[in-house]
Amino acid sequence: MSLTADVLAHGILPGIAAGFLVAGLSVTAMSLGGLVAGLVVALGAGALSRATGGREDSTLAALYLVALALGVVMISMGAGSVELTNLLFGSVLGVDDPALLMMAGVATLTLLALALAWRPLVLECFDPSFAAAERAGGGLWHMLFMGLVVLNVLAAFQALGTLMAVGLMMLPAVASRHWARGVGGMAYAASSIAILSSVAGILASYHLDVPTGPAVVLAAGLAWLVSVLAGPVEGVLARVLRRRHLAG
Amino acid sequence: MSGAIRLRDVTLSHERHPAVHHLSGEFAPGSLTAVVGPNGAGKTTLLRAIAGLHPLDEGRIEWPEGRIALLPQMSALDRSFPIACLDVALLGHWSRTGAFRAIGASERARAETALEAVGLGGFSRRPVGSLSAGQFQRLLFARLLVQDAPIILLDEPFNAVDARTAADLLRLVREWHGQGRTVIAVLHDLDLVRREFPETLLLARDPIAWGGTEEALGAANRMRARMMAEGWDAAAVPCERAA
Repeated sequence: MSLTADVLAHGILPGIAAGFLVAGLSVTAMSLGGLVAGLVVALGAGALSRATGGREDSTLAALYLVALALGVVMISMGAGSVELTNLLFGSVLGVDDPALLMMAGVATLTLLALALAWRPLVLECFDPSFAAAERAGGGLWHMLFMGLVVLNVLAAFQALGTLMAVGLMMLPAVASRHWARGVGGMAYAASSIAILSSVAGILASYHLDVPTGPAVVLAAGLAWLVSVLAGPVEGVLARVLRRRHLAG
Repeated sequence: MSGAIRLRDVTLSHERHPAVHHLSGEFAPGSLTAVVGPNGAGKTTLLRAIAGLHPLDEGRIEWPEGRIALLPQMSALDRSFPIACLDVALLGHWSRTGAFRAIGASERARAETALEAVGLGGFSRRPVGSLSAGQFQRLLFARLLVQDAPIILLDEPFNAVDARTAADLLRLVREWHGQGRTVIAVLHDLDLVRREFPETLLLARDPIAWGGTEEALGAANRMRARMMAEGWDAAAVPCERAA
């Protein structure tokens, strides 16, 4: 899953670059380009690995490297290094009203869609062959989820940049494993960690004058480190301060 | 409880190499059949095809009315997934609740009862990651109980479980047979098959024998199965046998 998010995040870069080459720094054009590219990559990766019989992760890794390189080359053809840095690493000061509205819209849509698709998504992750045997439409839900990932990466790239957007997706999710044992609790933990690290990262970025994307991801990384050390579920500290085993 | 599952000249393949080759016959309603054969003989593929999960290369399968419940091989599941035992048992209600319908007190009660029936009472809130292989298999049987399907397919149900767990699970299989459900199980333990399963399908890509267990598992048949299972012929030519 983490690799999939990586691929989608970098997969949208050529699309964004194409939008940028055609229309300049326009949110609409870049988002449209990114959306098309992201959906092509999302649907293409699955189909490609099925058709070639290759392992999905090697196909994904190949796609992601090619897409990243292609995107960087395309942007470099039309712009200087400042724009390139902004697209790759984000600049929160570049977020204007349309971009803000898009982020809020995508966040709302994602929350609703996840609430609706929660049960089939959990089933598809846990036991895909049961899902298939029960005709639960697992593939369709999987596609919906991929679509949501594309939309979220797209909404995030303005502020965080395409390289850093995945960080905010993955780190809180990885950290949440140390705070809850159920997938529901993990979702709450991950959201909380993401919110905290976003606020902390943006403040740090403003006051210390560092790029926003890396600042937010570093904050999330710090949260992950704290979780690994001090989280109640399989945390390092819990292991060191081992309590006496139970009687039965 | 339901009609027969009829196979008519069924061929199933992986990349054109047949895994099950020209198989015809039927699983009578209420029958208890073991599917036996060497590794790579197409047993799992056959179960998946009966469950509608593997495309037919040739031939056809006629299904009776009624739902089919499949117990996949344990290795096909993500056993580290953060999900509680009760939730897994509740998945058995899927054909009635689907993705959206509410799960109420009666569904919950049935799932709890099923957990108790497989010896996992009190495990409701435990995450599946904390279960042993045997306990996990018990959990999957609880889901089968909740599914309550007239046709039950079991893929290596007693692999990697201890003798007591196997005995407990076997008792459930006997109960299902007594209730008139059609049960088909892929198995490797021939002594167990001779003891508990009235019918046997001996498969080695080509069907070797299908019928009463004692006869199907005779020495000549088993020898033939061993000879057939030589494996993957990279230079195989298209099969000429008429469909």
